[in-house]
Amino acid sequence: MATETHSELEDGLVFHPMDQFQVTSLVGGDVEWFTITNVTLMMALTVIVIAFIMIFGARGRALVPSRSQSIAELTYGFIYMVEDVTGKDGVVFFPYVMTLFMFILVANFLGLIPMAFTTTSHIAVTAVMAMAVFLAVTIIGFVKNGFGFLGVFWISSAPLILRPILALIEVISYFVRPVSHSIRLAGNMMAGHAVIKVFAAFAPLVLISTGIGLVVTPLSILAITAIYALEVLVAFIQAYVFAILTCVYLRDALHPHH
Amino acid sequence: MTGDIVQMGAYIGAGLACTGMGGAAVGVGHVVGNFLSGALRNPSAAGGQTATMFIGIAFAEALGIFSFLVALLLMFAV
Repeated sequence: MATETHSELEDGLVFHPMDQFQVTSLVGGDVEWFTITNVTLMMALTVIVIAFIMIFGARGRALVPSRSQSIAELTYGFIYMVEDVTGKDGVVFFPYVMTLFMFILVANFLGLIPMAFTTTSHIAVTAVMAMAVFLAVTIIGFVKNGFGFLGVFWISSAPLILRPILALIEVISYFVRPVSHSIRLAGNMMAGHAVIKVFAAFAPLVLISTGIGLVVTPLSILAITAIYALEVLVAFIQAYVFAILTCVYLRDALHPHH
Repeated sequence: MTGDIVQMGAYIGAGLACTGMGGAAVGVGHVVGNFLSGALRNPSAAGGQTATMFIGIAFAEALGIFSFLVALLLMFAV
């Protein structure tokens, strides 16, 4: 399918909304595991931007914060919700949640720059983060509670007859967690960018091919603007959701008894 | 010939998978609507429950995203 879309692209004004997610080599040649690709570039940019924000933000430490210090303090204070969700003993995982949130947030926002590449739209990228969370939660749960961690599947507040059925459902939902955790982020980013690309391709095509284009094209461009605004919101909300779900899963690991 | 029918079935299936979006829309609307009706009754307690609302939205939305995934698999993997 991928090769088919490329031969179509060479014919002329044919847009394919998924072409923007193609991983291409920046140095030429085939894509191997060590090749510098657009994904590598955008990830490196993400790390540089995060380092820039946090290092310059934390440098001054003024009593009345400057603008850069405000950004750093706001994100820090925002992610300190880890304490509200997981409880006092969950604060040790704050750096991990903060890292995840900052990486996803900055990667999403950098991906919104036109012609940029959204690294978080690839399931390979998000699946690694989600699997890391899943493995961490499972290991922490068994280390902290021993086999008492299995109590997370045994809902003691439910009637006794229902408990085995609920336990089965809980086991399934536990193992679906890394899938839904990763697909949610990747799917949201991919779908949003594909929608923008569909509208962006539709606008010039309808203008050159039909008479109603003079009316429809401005509407289509307005729609792109509106969807882009929505995407800015989604970029933030998805980073927040990823971070808070990590917190919820960590709470299960720390306090498995319902 | 068989390849064409398989292709056609895949495209029809991808289109049918889009109905999952409706379910996700109902779910997310239900979560936010109930949150809002509760929040307007007791606005002082609403601020602390925003995180819970987003968790609910995320769970409801995940199932809609699964249907999107099915559509993508039918379009590009089958």
